[in-house]
Amino acid sequence: MSPALPHYLVLGAILFTIGMLGVLIRRNALIVFMSIELMLNAVNLSFMAVSWYLRSFQGQMMVFFVMAVAAAEVAVGLAIIVAFFRSRQTVMVDDLNTLKW
Amino acid sequence: MLQNVWLIPVVPILGALINGVLGRRLGRKAVSVVACGSVGAAFLMATAAFLELTALPADRRLVDVDVYQWIPVGRFVPTVGTLFDPLSAVMALVVAGVSFLIHVYSVGYMHDDPAFSRYFTYLNLFVGSMLTLVLANNFLLMYVGWELVGLCSYLLIGFWFQRPAAAAAGKKAFVVNRIGDFGFALGIMLIFSHFGSVAFKDVFPKAHMVAPGLATAITLLLFLGATGKSAQLPLYVWLPDAMEGPTPVSALIHAATMVTAGVYMVARCHTLYEASPISPHVVAWVGAITALFAATIAVAQFDIKRVLAYSTISQLGYMFLGVGVGAYSAGIFHLVTHAFFKALMFLGAGSVMHALGGEVDMRRMGGLARRLPVTHWTFLAGVLAISGAPLFSGFFSKDEILWGAWSLPNGSRALWFVGWLTAGVTAFYMFRLFYRIFHGRSDVPEEIEPHIHEAPPSMAWPLRILAVLSVVGGWIGIPAVFQSVVPAANWFGEFLKPVFESVRFAEGAHGAASTELLLMGVTLLVAAGGWYLAHSFYYLDPERRRAEAAARGAGVVYTLLQNKYYVDELYQAAFVKPGHRLAVVLADIFDVFVVDGIVNLTAAVVAGFGELWRYLQTGYVRWYAWSVLAGAAVLVAYLIMR
Repeated sequence: MSPALPHYLVLGAILFTIGMLGVLIRRNALIVFMSIELMLNAVNLSFMAVSWYLRSFQGQMMVFFVMAVAAAEVAVGLAIIVAFFRSRQTVMVDDLNTLKW
Repeated sequence: MLQNVWLIPVVPILGALINGVLGRRLGRKAVSVVACGSVGAAFLMATAAFLELTALPADRRLVDVDVYQWIPVGRFVPTVGTLFDPLSAVMALVVAGVSFLIHVYSVGYMHDDPAFSRYFTYLNLFVGSMLTLVLANNFLLMYVGWELVGLCSYLLIGFWFQRPAAAAAGKKAFVVNRIGDFGFALGIMLIFSHFGSVAFKDVFPKAHMVAPGLATAITLLLFLGATGKSAQLPLYVWLPDAMEGPTPVSALIHAATMVTAGVYMVARCHTLYEASPISPHVVAWVGAITALFAATIAVAQFDIKRVLAYSTISQLGYMFLGVGVGAYSAGIFHLVTHAFFKALMFLGAGSVMHALGGEVDMRRMGGLARRLPVTHWTFLAGVLAISGAPLFSGFFSKDEILWGAWSLPNGSRALWFVGWLTAGVTAFYMFRLFYRIFHGRSDVPEEIEPHIHEAPPSMAWPLRILAVLSVVGGWIGIPAVFQSVVPAANWFGEFLKPVFESVRFAEGAHGAASTELLLMGVTLLVAAGGWYLAHSFYYLDPERRRAEAAARGAGVVYTLLQNKYYVDELYQAAFVKPGHRLAVVLADIFDVFVVDGIVNLTAAVVAGFGELWRYLQTGYVRWYAWSVLAGAAVLVAYLIMR
């Protein structure tokens, strides 16, 4: 049985949920970051599947945008994490709580 | 020249510019030359224009030139232009002529002042503004001049602004004038809204068609401006305080020229005033009451400049009495003669102050006749003129006004009586002033005594010239009664006649010549009585014991007069204090609690919400992530359920 659209979408949803849980539960900023990437790629997978299903290239274009943004985000985000580690000797997000009331 | 009359005010303004910009570098001599030269040039040009005007036939003596279209906005097209007719010619000549003499006098009077060039800058600017006022051919330009002379007056009263009294006096003059000018501006707006133009040539020919109520509103608003500028009841209070300025300024602005602007304005707008059934009576009565009121105050003052100031207010009242009853040329005639003799007396007072090191209290004077002969004789000429001694200028002009008040339809016996009484009081306080300065026991402090000196030539010559003018100045308008005795009687009235041609009645027509002569005699009698009283109090009794006894005898009345009827105190209590209290209420209560309250309330509401929401800002990233998830879930749920 060749895979059909629902298979791809379910896989995307599973990946997205894993990523989301990672973001919500894990404390290590690097893991959180990887989870965000996972969410982005889950969305990318859904885009590709629907694009294939609809015979449309608009979804694929969207994927390129997401990838470009994700690359930029990685550059900035990793830089922030490095800078944060240098000043605090930790990458745990729960220590990152100075911006509060 | 008649087409280029606009040059007359421009030249002094140029002088003011030169002195204002370069004055500090030019040195005193150059500053005086520029200042006196520009005013002298203005006087020469005014004379030339005047001669050209007299060469024209009497009915064509009206030259209206628009020089420049100013601010054309729709129907509102005011111009910068000049009107040269006998009335403005007389005004321009008097203003430029007296100004020139006072400029020359000032060179001597102010020679030690460190702000010499600033003084002449202001003085030149004043002359230019005053000439603008009298030569303007529309209400708006006249208003510009009106405001500019007010500004110069403020600047010159407060010339010695280091003295708190001078600064306060300048401020008082400005504020009081503001009340009057407000009325004047409203009057002009009303004129524009009704006539659709502010040019004299559009307004006056149509003036008789205006509804009486509207004419009354316009003219009374304009007259409010006149009471401010010309120091009439109820707005006269600034003029006595204005004596804080340098004495030549008092002579020029607060005696001879600026304060007569209101009289000129009423005479200029006479067609409007006649369109109203009430306004001329208001003008006449305000003038008459002011004349008597101010004269009685002058009786009990000791500051020589303040005596002259109250005298000026009183004489201005006479002029308003004249123009109010319709004796326009008599009012303007008195304006001219008053400019001569009052400028003379102020300059004489300045000369006395100069000699005594700035003393103004007549209780520290006396017996100065021999030490200051020129000042003494010239001052006497002025005193005789204002008291109405026969053949002196004031005699003719004052009697013409009183005759007008008696004989013209707008006049009445009561008006005449007030004017007549004032003539007696005037003679008394003037001779009191004269005798206390120049005769009787000398009360000059001993340390000043050796330094008394007569005025330098630049001050003495203007005194002499003005003294001559005070004597002969009246001969241009010898009443028509004397037609059989002198040639060219009432030349002045004839000259001004084309301007006032629309007057419904020939001046002084309703009354026999014998009545006029009789009234003249009666006035002379009361003036002589005033003189005799002063003579016996202050001349025949050098120790002045009788005068002191009389003052004690008058008791409350004397105290009342000495305190100027407590008008300043009344205004203080009625207007200044409540105004101050209102300001306190507004500043300390309304502003603090209402205005600031609204602002603070806004801030407090925002702060309160901030206080509530800030607990959401835990600082934990995962908390934010949860809230994003929750928000997204709610959105998705909403979109699905919809």
